[in-house]
Amino acid sequence: MIRDLNDRLRRVPVPLVWVLGTIPFALLVFDAATNNLGVDPVQTIEHRLGRTAFYLLVAGLAVTPLLRLTGVSLMRFRRAIGVLCFGYAAAHVLSWAVIDMGLLWGQMGRDIVKRPYLLFGMLSFVAIFALGVTSNNLSLRRMGARAWRNLHRLVYPAAVLAGMHWLWAVKVNEMAPLVWTSLIVALLVLRVAIPRTRGRSA
Amino acid sequence: MKLSWSDVTPQWMYLNRRAFMAGSAAALALGGQAQAQALTARPSPLSTDEAPNSFEEITNYNNFYEFGTGKDDPARNAAALTTDPWSVEITGLVERPGRYGVEDLAPENALEERIYRLRCVEAWLMVVPWIGVPLASVLNRAGLRPSAKYVEFETLLRPEEMPGQRRPILDWPYREGLRIDEAMHPLTILATGLYGQAMPNQNGAPIRLVVPWKYGFKSIKSIVRINLREDQPMNTWQQMQPGEYGFYANVNPQVDHPRWSQATHRRIGAGLFAGREPTLMFNGYADQVASLYAGMDLRVNY
Ligand code: HEM
Repeated sequence: MIRDLNDRLRRVPVPLVWVLGTIPFALLVFDAATNNLGVDPVQTIEHRLGRTAFYLLVAGLAVTPLLRLTGVSLMRFRRAIGVLCFGYAAAHVLSWAVIDMGLLWGQMGRDIVKRPYLLFGMLSFVAIFALGVTSNNLSLRRMGARAWRNLHRLVYPAAVLAGMHWLWAVKVNEMAPLVWTSLIVALLVLRVAIPRTRGRSA
Repeated sequence: MKLSWSDVTPQWMYLNRRAFMAGSAAALALGGQAQAQALTARPSPLSTDEAPNSFEEITNYNNFYEFGTGKDDPARNAAALTTDPWSVEITGLVERPGRYGVEDLAPENALEERIYRLRCVEAWLMVVPWIGVPLASVLNRAGLRPSAKYVEFETLLRPEEMPGQRRPILDWPYREGLRIDEAMHPLTILATGLYGQAMPNQNGAPIRLVVPWKYGFKSIKSIVRINLREDQPMNTWQQMQPGEYGFYANVNPQVDHPRWSQATHRRIGAGLFAGREPTLMFNGYADQVASLYAGMDLRVNY
């Protein structure tokens, strides 16, 4: 049955993931155009972009545990998921700089070094940026598989930092950041706990 | 300068709001509830001449954790709150302690309109046309004893109607406090309405505090108790995070919140590309209130 599912998944074209991945952005543009972003559209845009980036990060991290646990392989789509995550994270940071901070460079710089939640977000973004720009075949060939794989291990600290970024941003302990950050930790634990070979033999 | 909200609201906004209010009144009527009660109030020289935010903005962007932590949760969840009957218990160091009705504390003929800037600790700002009475008039009615140095306020505790209180995110009921000179200051009011009508539930019905030179969280909503005491009370946010929230919580662009800057804020309703405005000392009320804090180190007493 799993082989059947994997066969079918192999026939799904990767560009479909790209198309699906633009839906949250399209919805945001649609809501902006129809005046449906609520009383504070700036915050709505910034938060929705940040959350989408975060969900895609979780999705990307779930691919390997899913394979090892169930044998279902979404490996072919992982790079698209990762690049989409980079896109949303970049849009999130851009929305912060332009519409939230109004390009007050001085305050932006001071804020990033002084506020832990922004520092965590920034570090996370630096890592995601590095992965995003090297996610093409040319970089893979130039760097060599080993160096490329090592670099792309940065996704683990990036994910933990993104979780801390969200947790530190809220005023009281809210459910959403707690649940999502726990999920990230769980996915990382799963990766260590389940040996590489099991998924392959299933 | 005697302005009322119809003077400072652009006509299109006014019309918009009328349409919106007619719509929500109809919705209320359909829900079998009384139509929002109209209030008349005289304009006040203490009002700002800045344009108020729309009724829709003011009633759909609220921090009222008793109804949820999302800004639109209060608008969604506060309809179930019973605000009639309601009484406010005045206790402690007063001559005439007891339970007072909202009408006793803020009689219709004493109502004033106060258009105030509201600066939230989260670095956003709105302008709200409140209706209410000076807190001083209420405290004088109860008769302050000379030993009364601080006022403590408490919000209703009713988890059946306030779903946010079913989770221990804060130490319910919400509490706030003022020094007696802050409480007696003419800018400090107990508000029972806004935009010409009784206070919407999500804004703290039926009676709430408004202290325009302090961060919004000081302006406690849906008050059931006012207690006069000699020692400084503990407010809910200070109790929760003493390093982030103090007792005074005066708007101050020079003293940052540990997790974000207070130097600037965004004005709600200003549009996507309006950017930020510089935050003003005491939220622009420095002329009236700075003297209350003469000689105090505001970095320590944040
Ligand atoms: C330079 C880097 C970054 C900056 C300056 C930044 C800035 C911000 C700001 C200002 C907020 C709003 C906080 C608030 O309103 O209380 C926020 C929230 C958030 N950010 Fe970031 N961020 C950065 C990187 C990231 C990255 C890399 C991710 C995820 C992959 C991310 C995900 C989120 C999430 C999920 C939220 C919470 C949204 C919500 O509460 O609905 N951020 N960020």
